[in-house]
Amino acid sequence: MSSDTVSLVPSPVVSANGIFKSFGGVPALVDVSIDLIPGEVHCLAGENGCGKSTLIKIISGVERPDSGEILIDGVSHSHINANAAIKSGIQVIYQDFSLFPNLTVAENIVLTAEVARRRRLYSPASVRPKAEEILRDLGLDLDLDREVSELSVADKQLTAICRALVNDARAIIMDEPTTALTHSEVSRLFALVERLRARGVALMFVSHKLEEVLAISQRLTIMRSGRQIVTGPTTDFDERSISHYMTGREVDESRVVSELDATAPLALELVDLSLAGAYRNISFGLRRGEILGVTGLLGSGRTEIAESLFGVTPADEGQIKVNGAPVRIRSIQDAVSAGIGYVPEDRLSQGLFLEKSIADNIVASSLRSHRTRWGTLSRDAIASTIKHYFHGLKINARNAQAPVRTLSGGNAQRVVLAKWLATSPTVLLLNGPTVGVDVGSKQEILELLRVEAAKGMSVIVISDDAPELVSSCHRVLVIKQGRLTHILEGDEITVDTIQERMSA
Amino acid sequence: MDVIRRLRGSNNEGVLALVLVGFIVAMSIANPTFFTLNTGFSILRSSIVPVIFALGVLIVVVTGGIDVSFAAIAIFAGYATVSFCLNMGFDPGILGIFAIAVGVGSLLGLINGIVIARFNLPTLIVTLGTQGVFFGAMYTYVGAQYYAELPGSMAALATSNLLDVTTSAGRAYLHVLVVPVLLLCVLVAWVLKRTMFGRSLYAIGGDIEAARRAGFLVKRTQVWVYVMVGALAAVAGIVHIVLSRSANPRDLVGGELDIIAAVVLGGASIFGGRGSVIGTVLGVLLVQVIKNSLLLVGVPSAWLRTAVGILLVLGVGIQAVAARRDSRQKRVIDEVDAEQKHEEKVES
Repeated sequence: MSSDTVSLVPSPVVSANGIFKSFGGVPALVDVSIDLIPGEVHCLAGENGCGKSTLIKIISGVERPDSGEILIDGVSHSHINANAAIKSGIQVIYQDFSLFPNLTVAENIVLTAEVARRRRLYSPASVRPKAEEILRDLGLDLDLDREVSELSVADKQLTAICRALVNDARAIIMDEPTTALTHSEVSRLFALVERLRARGVALMFVSHKLEEVLAISQRLTIMRSGRQIVTGPTTDFDERSISHYMTGREVDESRVVSELDATAPLALELVDLSLAGAYRNISFGLRRGEILGVTGLLGSGRTEIAESLFGVTPADEGQIKVNGAPVRIRSIQDAVSAGIGYVPEDRLSQGLFLEKSIADNIVASSLRSHRTRWGTLSRDAIASTIKHYFHGLKINARNAQAPVRTLSGGNAQRVVLAKWLATSPTVLLLNGPTVGVDVGSKQEILELLRVEAAKGMSVIVISDDAPELVSSCHRVLVIKQGRLTHILEGDEITVDTIQERMSA
Repeated sequence: MDVIRRLRGSNNEGVLALVLVGFIVAMSIANPTFFTLNTGFSILRSSIVPVIFALGVLIVVVTGGIDVSFAAIAIFAGYATVSFCLNMGFDPGILGIFAIAVGVGSLLGLINGIVIARFNLPTLIVTLGTQGVFFGAMYTYVGAQYYAELPGSMAALATSNLLDVTTSAGRAYLHVLVVPVLLLCVLVAWVLKRTMFGRSLYAIGGDIEAARRAGFLVKRTQVWVYVMVGALAAVAGIVHIVLSRSANPRDLVGGELDIIAAVVLGGASIFGGRGSVIGTVLGVLLVQVIKNSLLLVGVPSAWLRTAVGILLVLGVGIQAVAARRDSRQKRVIDEVDAEQKHEEKVES
């Protein structure tokens, strides 16, 4: 990195100019131009399916544009290939990180650079200093000898960033980097992004979380349906205007909570529930029609509590009551028959049959209630259930026969929801219901929960997305190191209090 | 804590060594004739061929594949070479014989590799198929005759011992082929640990898509892996013929179970990405010691296959249980991390 030439506006490392791209006649990008300037964080925001991923693929050389040019250090290319992009110092950190789980952190950091150098021999001792140097430069504390499979998501991400820097990255594109991170991990990532910026790296940050967009970036580009809606200094925007540009309509994130009947019976009650190594003495009650938030840091035990209620990892001690009657939950089967439904954190691997159609997925858990008197499946009953939820949940697909794999995050989440709503559970647990879902869909999903709760279903939302909890929950429980530390009610439920109680 | 971790080894090699030693001690107490130089040398001798095979299987398993055609390749290459030399009436010397066999074995491995990499097929099914193809081709085109006489250079090697010790229990011989096998182990270990080729095998076994994105030439590497397995199998084929002092085309095939069980017991993950030469050698020794001692305590040989089969299932079972336990431990570690972060915040 040469810093001899000092100019007010450094010239961009990479620019895309007038990019057009369509897939099968459907335009994905229409006249999009973007600059990545050294020392600047450029946020790319937009709802799912707006063309963000296509733009990343074109800049990193994975896809070629129909027309338009890519400029690297001012030199024009009609297209570049992936290897040339890497050689020019453009690195993409994908959501799945592309790390080797079975190798150590050190080897993961240096291995790709060694491949690029066409080395034949490999010496752990001689490449280690390189990995150590990067960690020192960035002020990171990672155990180089740990296997990547043992790391938390946040540490895997740091490993991927270190690897990009070993390859002399001058432009780093991060695709939805904060999706799987908790509040405190996000702050750590942001601190690192600041250090990278100080080193003169050009960064592109793809996100749809408004708070983050405002906190981290200097420049902002908002896309909608393949078009570049606006680009400008981030200081010109606020949350309201960003979501307006992203959705094309006004989005309201304010608190909309119904009055809960104080005499409503308890749908679910936990008494001193404990699981060794995960959580201790958890007791709370959930009223009929209540939406209850459960929050805490990653590893606080919030997910384990939900998994115990759903029988994935049964509790060691304590009692669970559904509608006042004690139930034994030792397996998922027990939980389902007790009337508990669970939308998992990792819906792609745990909640859906990806290759099957939307229709099949919707009825997958409720086949028992779609039987004829002969015990065979009733086609009519199934068709009407599918129709009801496909339209009711506004799943955006051509028809209900499309495989779930083809859906965007927000739509896939609706299918999982539909699957559980079709079983009409007494209690529905949702873990991170809007993770990886865009602003518009998020509000619609929360509204759906409000409607179902008003009809008498009890809902538990496990999340560390404070605005979402504020917007929808009657009460919020804070879990810290396996213990229930706070119960927030009414006016106490604000973004600030939740974040403070969570990490304080 | 670190010392324990290092002694345990990244693939539980330490645990395996402990089990092996424990087994030997237990057997020696139960039956004093077990703990003699004779038994020791004979177990080493019977491990020579399995170790060579196991090195080949280890290489494939690390990449996340499996090869069950190695025994067929071994007997094809070995028997064809011997048959060729005898029928032509010429003896190219022991190195020449190994060279011819390795050439044949590599070619057969190349067929496996090309079919698997080019058409992206499941490795187990392809090699199961080629096993039959190679075996049938040998019977049809090479012959099915049993040779009791070997070419001179092979016969000479058959009777060469490294050590010849007279003990109270009679004379004990240590075969000279132990030495090249040891060198082969060192070579394979070096390739796996210290070459980019070796690291690419672990990378492919860990995450094939990530390996592709990192710039590894995945298909070319896969082809090379099967060529190497073929070459190693051919060496094992010749060694087997030398040690049994005859060339029988019905040998070896059917013994795949012992080898795969040994590799899995040795800590190589059947899902790919894990495995070491030390573990593999220990796995082979364990299987041989168990087979030997079962015979000594009077278990009928028909039950040996059952025993080895149980070992294989046990080995895979242990891997699965350990993986599950690791994910539990990780949960606790995350909790500890969160706690530390919390403390840091309080301090600042």
